[in-house]
Amino acid sequence: MIQTLAFYLFAFLVIASGVFTIMARNPVHSVLWLILAFFNAAGLMVIVGAEFIAALLVIVYVGAVAVLFLFVVMMLDIDFAELRAGFVKNFPLGIAIALVLLAELVLGIGAYRAGAIELGVPDGGAAPLMDRTNIESLGAVLYGEYLFLFETAGLILLVAMVGAIVLTHREQPKGARGHQNIDKQNRRRPNEATEMKRPEVGKGVEL
Amino acid sequence: MIGIEHYVVVSAILFVLGVLGIFLNRKNVIVILMAIELILLAVNINLVAFSAFLGDMTGQVFAMFVLTVAAGEAAIGLAILVIYFRGRGTIAVDDVNRMKG
Repeated sequence: MIQTLAFYLFAFLVIASGVFTIMARNPVHSVLWLILAFFNAAGLMVIVGAEFIAALLVIVYVGAVAVLFLFVVMMLDIDFAELRAGFVKNFPLGIAIALVLLAELVLGIGAYRAGAIELGVPDGGAAPLMDRTNIESLGAVLYGEYLFLFETAGLILLVAMVGAIVLTHREQPKGARGHQNIDKQNRRRPNEATEMKRPEVGKGVEL
Repeated sequence: MIGIEHYVVVSAILFVLGVLGIFLNRKNVIVILMAIELILLAVNINLVAFSAFLGDMTGQVFAMFVLTVAAGEAAIGLAILVIYFRGRGTIAVDDVNRMKG
């Protein structure tokens, strides 16, 4: 009973915040609605028993991706009113396409209900472990059958990080503040960078 | 008890909302990226729901991979957005014609 209630609450909130994400006038509000959508989606996943994915959703999406969006929205000085110009013009076509798509997706569920589609039967190779938590079962599959794919995912993240840095990095001209002289940095030795001082009691250090 | 249809309907609605967001905010790249995140979230809900109802952890593993790709895509997309804004002073997608495509 409480599970059903929680499901409908989370489902309603995730859909409502999705609507506000795409409708909000101010992109900052869009990001904040998106964060609410992520939190409620995490709630939906907790109900179904996938606690680890729910935690990841909060950590990765809310903690990293949404904050990244927030940074970029606030950093760029953009007239957002001008960017909304085509909103009303595109509305009828967008709604029409969205309704057609939704009708098709719901028809699929209708076909399943009518018995035309049968869900696949898992072979049991990746079944959740008995008497173990969700994260233990997930780890057993992730570090077993999908180890190489997992490593590849890490590689993808590395490439994305390097790509983002290379794209946005601006080389400072020689002599300018912030110019990095790697030779000079490598030549630095501890004895020329640090100094021992023995200040008398009650007196400060002259730097 | 909640059936799998409920989850599929929620994720279908969220997916359609993401597509609608791309149509409505055709000029604003930031909101388009957010709409793509909504679509990926819908996919994740679907994967996790099927994984839980069928008793197979593979769905949750793949939800993690989708999460990875979403994070990478957001980082690269926003980086491209920032350098585009530096060069042009605007992010209106209509004006993106430098490559004459």
